[in-house]
Amino acid sequence: MSAEKQLYTVSIYTENNIGLLNRISAIFQRRHINIESLNTSPSEIDGVSRFTIVVNMSEDNIKKIIGQIEKQVEVIKAYYHTEDEIIYQESCIFKMRSGLLFDERQIQNIIKESNARIVTVNRDFFVIEKSGRKEEIELLHRELSAFGIMQFTRSGRIAVSKEEMKISTMLQAFQH
Amino acid sequence: MDTKTIKKETNTTQTTERISGSEAIIKCLLAEGVDILYGYPGGAIMPVYDQLYKYQDKIHHVLTRHEQGATHSAQGYARISGKVGVAIATSGPGATNLITGIADAQIDSTPMVCITGQVASHLLGSDAFQETDIVGISTPVTKWNCQVTKASQIPEAMAKAFYIAKSGRPGPVLIDITKDAQFEEFDFKYEKCKGVRSYIPIPKLDQTSVKAAAKLINAAKKPMIVWGQGVSLGQAEAEFKAVVEKAGIPSAWTILGAGAIPTSHPLNIGMVGMHGNYAPNVLTNQCDLLIAIGMRFDDRVTGNLATYAKQAKVIHFEIDPAEIDKNVKTDVAVLGDAKESLTALLPLLEEKTHPEWHQKFKDLYAIEYEKVIKHDLHPTKEGLTMAEVLKEINIQTKGDAAIVTDVGQHQMIACRYANFNKTRSNITSGGLGTMGFGLPAAIGAKMAAPEREVISISGDGGYQMTIQELGTIFQQKAGVKIVVLNNEFLGMVRQWQQLFFDKRYASTEMTNPDFVAIAKGYSIPAEKITKREDLKGAVAKMINTDGPYFLEVCVEKEGNVFPMIPTGASVSEVRLE
Repeated sequence: MSAEKQLYTVSIYTENNIGLLNRISAIFQRRHINIESLNTSPSEIDGVSRFTIVVNMSEDNIKKIIGQIEKQVEVIKAYYHTEDEIIYQESCIFKMRSGLLFDERQIQNIIKESNARIVTVNRDFFVIEKSGRKEEIELLHRELSAFGIMQFTRSGRIAVSKEEMKISTMLQAFQH
Repeated sequence: MDTKTIKKETNTTQTTERISGSEAIIKCLLAEGVDILYGYPGGAIMPVYDQLYKYQDKIHHVLTRHEQGATHSAQGYARISGKVGVAIATSGPGATNLITGIADAQIDSTPMVCITGQVASHLLGSDAFQETDIVGISTPVTKWNCQVTKASQIPEAMAKAFYIAKSGRPGPVLIDITKDAQFEEFDFKYEKCKGVRSYIPIPKLDQTSVKAAAKLINAAKKPMIVWGQGVSLGQAEAEFKAVVEKAGIPSAWTILGAGAIPTSHPLNIGMVGMHGNYAPNVLTNQCDLLIAIGMRFDDRVTGNLATYAKQAKVIHFEIDPAEIDKNVKTDVAVLGDAKESLTALLPLLEEKTHPEWHQKFKDLYAIEYEKVIKHDLHPTKEGLTMAEVLKEINIQTKGDAAIVTDVGQHQMIACRYANFNKTRSNITSGGLGTMGFGLPAAIGAKMAAPEREVISISGDGGYQMTIQELGTIFQQKAGVKIVVLNNEFLGMVRQWQQLFFDKRYASTEMTNPDFVAIAKGYSIPAEKITKREDLKGAVAKMINTDGPYFLEVCVEKEGNVFPMIPTGASVSEVRLE
């Protein structure tokens, strides 16, 4: 096991409960660990929520954190994965001045080449959406910055693991 | 609530009856076998108190003098009995005053259910009078908590609270109940909680890990056990004793482990840690196998981790998977309940005695005796020592008393020198180190075990942090024996100032009140002694008095507790002077 820091994606299957976000974030806060991104959503199982949290830390420490997370009563199971072990995406939205579409030809090319799409256009502004890896989104952000971005926001990472996560089996065992 | 709970067995109220949320709370408590609770009334919890009035012949409410006292009393009750302690308070300041006790119960794995009133649900988030986000505040220090805003949620919340508090590694739980939910009527039905699907209280025992542990133990030449509270929490005292005796392993305890096997047991080699005994601390760094049972390698136990038992293989018997490899890397982890694990281990062990290895402990004990113990127990100087008070209590109670301590020098001395014949007899604030714990915890302990002698031992500092609970003792006629070892200092801090801050005694000297007069103000018989020749008689008078008694012993002002492992030092660098 390594003491070297790297990005880990933590997937936490939980009961959908008010206050659980607080409980989980407190585990990181107490140990002074910065959360790079956090996303909560439903999971593949009815009634089970899924947290996806990205943190930069050592394997020694992420193991301990997983233990602390799993200790929470309403957490069903937590996993941690390296970048190679998951398929992940982030999503972002840019709000730009509509005039740019006509004044700056370049913009159309950037949108096309980056596989971004235009969500809406009106008289004053248009909105670009892009999903992809963090680096792709950062590249698009750099390229569009030159034209002036009215608003920008990026989502937390969402990820699925290459290996199976046997939550359904675990929950079935409970039902017997 | 969204959490799925198992409902296959139903052994309680099947028929429904239409009652208020507040009455339902009482009925839930009764269904869980609660006959005593500690608390303090106020606006947002008044409907429940109204029901306590109605049910006063079935459930005894103890009015403490501060909500912190209620939690510590509930802890004392839980620690001596193994049952869930219950504390109740109103919203706002009532609820926040519970926090110290909750944090204490969390770090010392004490089963406790706290019930707080909350402002009516339509006022939540409006900064209403006595509104505070107690669920948010208590989250990091509770095993589980929840807020209830509808009466119909009360039975499930209460059932889960008791189940979670006492199952697996125990801990404190808080339920916050809005006032409208207390008033609301609903069809009440109670089912005990049998499980929560996202929660595995006891990991399944892996027989291969037990075999691996047995193999290491059988091969070890210099094995040593360090046990913690997990042994008594798991009610595994008998199984533990059998393992210790069969394998002939010298066994040391953490502060919360004390008493799981008697102090006088020949294989009990004393306490580990900062103020633990010399031999087990030094020999931690010489053993070839360290067997940790139901303990968590707290920093006060290990000293500097970089030099802790590095030469030894480590086996960790533990119920909480998060504790494995948290502080000390283990070679074999045996996850599970102590009773089950040790039962599985026993038949695999070979009978051993390790006489040469034992001799090492005896040799080091002799050094500690010469340098420290002799002077503590048989002082030749004029001033009374804390240890000789403990020695006198040992003699007169024959080691059968439950000793409830506060935090500081007296606590370390009491744990070092008290004789514990029985398990669950050392009730102290270990992990959190909560000054003010002792007196209210002793009240709870005495009420849970009225047949036992319960002696509260405090310093003059901690005693004054919850001294108001003398009022509770007075009103309840709780037969707690109160001993204050008065050195007119915050002794432990003063000791550190002496050793590490050039004797600059910043704010540690205390000008104390007339403690005897205060006790007498509460009609508690009281005596103060300053001389060695009065000690025996004073302790005898205390023990022989029915009901509560207060004894102040003026001890030497600048006595120090040794052995001592300075912060950051290795266990093998334990100092004797």
